[in-house]
Amino acid sequence: MSREPVAVTGIGQTHHAAARRDVSLAGLVREAALRALEDAELTWADVEAVVIGKAPDFFEGVMTPELYLADALGTAGKPLTRVHTAGSVGGSTALVAADLVAARVHRTVLAVAFEKQSESNAMWGLSLPVPFQQPLLAGAGGFFAPHVRAYIRRTGAPGTTGTLVAYKDRRNALKNPYAHLHEHDITLETVRSSPMLWDPVRYSETCPSSDGACAMVLTDRAGAARAPAPPAWLHGGAMRSEPTLFAGKDFVSPRAGRDCAADVYRQAGVTDPRREIDVAELYVPFSWYEPMWLENLGFAAEGEGWKLTEAGATELDGALPVNPSGGVLSTNPIGASGMLRFAEAALQVRGRAGEHQVPDARRALGHAYGGGAQFFSMWLVAASPPVT
Amino acid sequence: MTPPRDVAVVAYARTDHQGPAEGLSEAETLLPVLHEVLDRAGLAPGEADFTCSGSSDYLAGRPFSFTLTLDAVGAWPPIAESHVEMDGAWALYEAWVKILTGRADTALVYAHGKPSAGDPRDVLTRTLDPYYLAPLWPEPASLAALQARALADAGHTAGPDPAADPLAGPPAVADGAAAVVLAAGDAARRMCGRPAWIRGADHRVEPHALGLRDLTDSPSTRLAAERAGAFRAPVDTAELHVPFAAQDVVLRRALRLDDTVTVNPSGAAAGPLMVAGLIRLGEAAARIHRGASDRALAHATSGPCLQHNLVAVLEGDA
Repeated sequence: MSREPVAVTGIGQTHHAAARRDVSLAGLVREAALRALEDAELTWADVEAVVIGKAPDFFEGVMTPELYLADALGTAGKPLTRVHTAGSVGGSTALVAADLVAARVHRTVLAVAFEKQSESNAMWGLSLPVPFQQPLLAGAGGFFAPHVRAYIRRTGAPGTTGTLVAYKDRRNALKNPYAHLHEHDITLETVRSSPMLWDPVRYSETCPSSDGACAMVLTDRAGAARAPAPPAWLHGGAMRSEPTLFAGKDFVSPRAGRDCAADVYRQAGVTDPRREIDVAELYVPFSWYEPMWLENLGFAAEGEGWKLTEAGATELDGALPVNPSGGVLSTNPIGASGMLRFAEAALQVRGRAGEHQVPDARRALGHAYGGGAQFFSMWLVAASPPVT
Repeated sequence: MTPPRDVAVVAYARTDHQGPAEGLSEAETLLPVLHEVLDRAGLAPGEADFTCSGSSDYLAGRPFSFTLTLDAVGAWPPIAESHVEMDGAWALYEAWVKILTGRADTALVYAHGKPSAGDPRDVLTRTLDPYYLAPLWPEPASLAALQARALADAGHTAGPDPAADPLAGPPAVADGAAAVVLAAGDAARRMCGRPAWIRGADHRVEPHALGLRDLTDSPSTRLAAERAGAFRAPVDTAELHVPFAAQDVVLRRALRLDDTVTVNPSGAAAGPLMVAGLIRLGEAAARIHRGASDRALAHATSGPCLQHNLVAVLEGDA
């Protein structure tokens, strides 16, 4: 059956910081939403439905905050949906919004994702209380570091690859005015000498905790035709989930991630992602996840991901730029981080990424994951409309 | 909107707890319900093209509470799956849209709630405006009382009557789970003798601030019903989600239900938090499955004083 092609015609994000004390929750989401509407040259009245995503409500201490945010997002009289798929939620939110357009339920939908982590302590928010988890883990780093060590042991990667990723992403962030971290004095040496937090993950190889929001306007062909600037076109989108823990689970390269990428590539007609995708925004909260995802997503053969990083292929001027925005390592409002990946991919193919623009980017991958490396959402966007 | 594709509720199951599900985790509460609904649809675990659920971290008292219920679903090999932090009725809506895109022909939808893990009267105050309302800790019954008073003042109800408490709600600590299977076209006909076809579904929200709303009316319910096509032909059955008894009159007026309509034949207007709305959809569908209804309306609500409302219209083949 025929699906309506989906276009991204408006993108907005907040300036991100450890604490945005200058805005309320409503002010934060409005800042991103208004930028997206301004980009699309639309008003609240043009939006038919709103989809909001964020990670656990405990991060702000507000249960189902979309009910309160309905007023600020001009949603009265409209459908409002709240998505929560753990860390992948920003991506999932965009995909739920895209489905509303693809199914021709609505013509123009606003997708918004946010987290205001300064309202609580995200590290402890991510550390489940007894009896749900043994009292040994502190934060997501405690959960993921063993899987990084497994990756290093499995592939024989040199111990330095992670620091290269962090050094690259933090320098890329200097070209992104919205990024949370702007470390002008960073050197490879300062990264390598930063304190060890969760062996082998150092302080500088760890994402920050941010306040921020991201918003996108998704619309149909008619909406794209009226748009003031070139849109990004959705060519493939998918979500995959697997359980948190089970015998035989591969935490280094989860099957849900591989299956999700395969579904997206099939929809988009991509057979050789390394050559056919120009730039990727991947969810890399700890540096080593760049080489790990390069393999999981089929950009490198198994055991070879670290070689792409070591060779500089993922640098902004490399053959496959990864996270030209600075990525999650430079900006991490958890609920919005996935949507930021999707939005930055869309900015690249629209040619509107500013200083961190990859020249002639035609096809870009946005990627998000969450939970115990178990929830994945991805989309592939392009400068040209899909062939229907 | 007329849906571009015929999609039906083909199976439904729910728990029958009247109170706390003592000693059971959410996954354990959910597992028998999923078994039952998949058996009815003839699906193996993980076989549905899409899975979507609704629940709330705040009820469970831990972040990411929904992640562990995946253990009850059988998400291996990995499944295409999503989750709303809302009543399961909205999970059904997301799954319905997914099937309308053509990316799925079947979907498993479920919801679970374990409000007995805390005191819902306190917990639910956390859903209010965090700057101006939540610091006052007004519990749901207090807000519903404002609505009941407005209705009495407007002459829509007789006012406080000790014999019929307008604030009567469900036992606040009912735990439970519910699930439905959706299927499109021929798949639906294979799975169910009399599928409950979703002729339309829509949901609308109102401003959060009670002072901005006329609490004696529910324009969002009326608009959702219009968009779902509820007024195109009379319904014989309505399953309404009524957290507090006095809200019944608001919904009946907004939905233009007269005495010819059988309202809430399932015998309850509410149920476990995050599950009650999905139960209304499931009960309406089940009535069509067994031939007791030909055209039914199902309603779900969320937020203080009916802030957010969903309406679906279900029909059986003649």
